[in-house]
Amino acid sequence: MSASTAVVEEKPGQTGRQPDEAEQHCSAFARVLRKGKGQFPIAASALSLLAVMLFSLGLGKYPIAPKEILQFLCQKYFGAAFFSADHMRLLNSILVEIRLPRILAAALIGSALSTSGAAFQAMFVNPLVSPSLLGVLAGASFGAALGIVYLKSWYAVQIATFLGGLIAVGIAVGIARVYRVNSTIMLVLGGIISGALFTSLLSLVKYLADPYNQLPAIVNWLMGSLTFSDRSMVIKTSIPIGVGLLVLLLFSRHLNVLSMGDEEARSLGINVKRVRLLVIFCATVVSTLTVVLAGTIAWVGLIVPHFTRMITGPDNRKLIPATILIGAAYLIVVDDISRLAFSYEIPIGIVTALLGIPCFAFVLRNARKGWN
Amino acid sequence: MSLFEVDSLSFAYGRAPLIDGLKLTIGEGDVIALLGPNGSGKTTLLKLLLGLLKPKQGVIRLRGQQLHEIGRRELARQLAYVPQVHREAFGFHVFDVVLMGRMPHSSFFSSYGDKDKQIVWDALEKLGILHLAERPYTEISGGERQLTLIARALAQGVRVFVMDEPTNGLDYGNQVRLLERVGLLADEGYTFVFTSHHPEHALAIADRVVMMQGGAIIRDGAPLSTVTPERLAELYGLPARLFESGTNRGCGIPLLRHGAAYNL
Repeated sequence: MSASTAVVEEKPGQTGRQPDEAEQHCSAFARVLRKGKGQFPIAASALSLLAVMLFSLGLGKYPIAPKEILQFLCQKYFGAAFFSADHMRLLNSILVEIRLPRILAAALIGSALSTSGAAFQAMFVNPLVSPSLLGVLAGASFGAALGIVYLKSWYAVQIATFLGGLIAVGIAVGIARVYRVNSTIMLVLGGIISGALFTSLLSLVKYLADPYNQLPAIVNWLMGSLTFSDRSMVIKTSIPIGVGLLVLLLFSRHLNVLSMGDEEARSLGINVKRVRLLVIFCATVVSTLTVVLAGTIAWVGLIVPHFTRMITGPDNRKLIPATILIGAAYLIVVDDISRLAFSYEIPIGIVTALLGIPCFAFVLRNARKGWN
Repeated sequence: MSLFEVDSLSFAYGRAPLIDGLKLTIGEGDVIALLGPNGSGKTTLLKLLLGLLKPKQGVIRLRGQQLHEIGRRELARQLAYVPQVHREAFGFHVFDVVLMGRMPHSSFFSSYGDKDKQIVWDALEKLGILHLAERPYTEISGGERQLTLIARALAQGVRVFVMDEPTNGLDYGNQVRLLERVGLLADEGYTFVFTSHHPEHALAIADRVVMMQGGAIIRDGAPLSTVTPERLAELYGLPARLFESGTNRGCGIPLLRHGAAYNL
């Protein structure tokens, strides 16, 4: 036995770089830290969402201070006496009937777009992906435009919008299937093809539309606005959006594993094909419903998950719940800007883009860390 | 019962077969090195063993059961895949990467429990990377990343590790350190099947060397009798004299306790 082997024999378990004292120190505390960690960002996002909602309820042509809103709530639900009956009626119609549905619509749309963005980013292992990757927004826009031109009732337009989004994603997934290559790259290519197809079909419908009434309606729709969403629509869409978000939330651990790549996910016991289809389906339903509610709103699904990841880290078990909350708060704030920044309301889609682009340029600096 | 029984296995992506009529038996506790030139079908064979690819013909049995009849989840409790070191887009903490190994053991609605977390801590400790637990996976070295992936396989609670070029992209020191970790686990009875482009790594830790060429096994035997200058020359299509050296092995051999070359 040579001398060199004896060295190895002395400490069989001790090769490898030895952790220095500070590192050992850290790992001793790590177990303790890990116990309570991770819930703080989610609690903080929930609190900020509540604060944003309360504050935004007071904003408008008739400003109401947060204190007055709290007093109103106390009087309404706990029977405290702050205001006269007349004033209560006024506050009720402003807060509950006018502003609340719109704030809830903004919250739903913000959550839906952000969360489907986060899910897609994890699944396609690419932080630059947005919910429109598989063509859902192009398809829904085409459906809406077609509806505006050829269908009479607004309800039918909404159904056409919803179906347009589903069909576009169905085509993208179908293209990936036809080539029998079970890879995300094929899905992305399918999405590009499907998106391009529906964008050109949209142009065709625009060209065919009557330029005095229908075309402006289509253009307005494409710019996105929460004025489209009324109370009954908010209530109706909140259930499927809520269910879709819940499913994505339940699959956050699967999303973690999927973001290690398909083969590894399969070797860790995941039925990749099935989970991927389910995630695509949920993300598609919730994002096409946002188009039904308020037209196309871009950039939210890309920015919010990025921003949230800076707070929670990439672990989807924290990222997804935090994204639901922060996405809602973000779109409520953006809607505040769109309705109050000027004397007339500007479409929210324009504001999200104008805000989103510089935000993205800023976030990109930090986000680069993980993927250069 | 053998761990793996592979018989008349064939596989092709298109027309040209990548694996053709292959037969192989792997026992529990074996440490098998797959050697062969690029395109010889080593990685394809690994993926077939893992059930990631579907055989065109032939059977693969895992502990007596047909591989394709075993569900994904059940398979993940029997076999672990340790892929080549990769760099993913998201900087998951090392702890969370290893925790993913508990996926096949967790029920759908409950999240990972304290028991799962304890298993992860144990796996990290066993591989000597406890201090990395809270570091982002994207910011550690290649060697540390490979150890993380092995820790994840360990956390899966399996006895069989299938590794694709485990030392790929590591510096010499990290290669040897990694092999030693593998050797220590092999001493505990874990089974390893790994591909390699380094014949000396086969000599360092393998109990058995399988040489592949053109989708078939051309040699299968003990390391010392298989990894010889003549055989290597034949396998890689090089003149035998390139492999001649003082030790008659042609390559520097890390002398590790588990290895066949240790007592030379």
